[in-house]
Amino acid sequence: MSALLHDVLTAILVLAGAAMCLAAGIGLIRFPDVLSRLHAATKPQIFGLMAVTADVAINNFSVGTVTLVVAIVVFQALTAPMAAHLVGRAAYETEHLRPDLLIVDELRDRRAAR
Amino acid sequence: MTTPRERRGAVGNQIPPLIALIVLWMLLWGEFSWLNLLIALVVGIVVTVAFYLVPVQLSGRLHPLHTVVFFVRLILDIVRASIDVSWLAVKPRLVTSNAILEIRLRTRSDLILTWTAVATSIVPGSIVVDIDRESSILYLHVLNMQSARDIESFRRRVLDTERRIVRGFGSSEDVERMRGVRPADRRASRLKGTS
Repeated sequence: MSALLHDVLTAILVLAGAAMCLAAGIGLIRFPDVLSRLHAATKPQIFGLMAVTADVAINNFSVGTVTLVVAIVVFQALTAPMAAHLVGRAAYETEHLRPDLLIVDELRDRRAAR
Repeated sequence: MTTPRERRGAVGNQIPPLIALIVLWMLLWGEFSWLNLLIALVVGIVVTVAFYLVPVQLSGRLHPLHTVVFFVRLILDIVRASIDVSWLAVKPRLVTSNAILEIRLRTRSDLILTWTAVATSIVPGSIVVDIDRESSILYLHVLNMQSARDIESFRRRVLDTERRIVRGFGSSEDVERMRGVRPADRRASRLKGTS
């Protein structure tokens, strides 16, 4: 019974991780401009990584793997937003965005007001 | 000229990052041994001295329960929003309607501002495009905003995140700001009381 439970849990986690990576790939192609593609490229993949590494930790349960998994997730969580911010900011400043996709742009309004 | 007291404060401010580096070294090795701790300490000191960072003003306050609430809520948000963004990517009819929103945070601390920025941009669907540090304003690019109601609920979500962070480890001044009692007003009322 517990072996079955273990298998089911493993399957769910790995499939969830794979599905997230797939969705990130599809989003990268389908989304129309740089800023929305960034969302697809950086974000669902964090959850995917969390699911896959959690599965690794469950399958090889030892202090060493758990700490390594924590380190991996923390670093991914710290670096992904930075990368997204830098690319996003560069894209905004160089006007690689499609204003027609934005329903509000308060940053532009603010700069215009200055 | 720096006074000894200021110098001690500057050294004290470097200690939390040093501890973080030691913990990281331990995490990477995956085991505890005294030799490891010694090497971690040496490497940590070399790194903090060689790559000197501007001292971060820590609040010196930590509420364990609220901190745990913040992290659990953050993970739940990541899971929920990941599914939302993935569905948006694969659903047959692709409608993109995004927004760049200006969100005025209430905190005046760089640390809380950074934490809020990272915590909101790690949750799928929002990216920090720009930050106005002087007035604590985040400019976020948000995916899939259809109406004014979506925008308002997103704004509220970011402010709630900020509140959870401040409750967890913000300064007590910031906690009062969250309640709407501004320290400036408080100082004014205290001055009135003494004069």
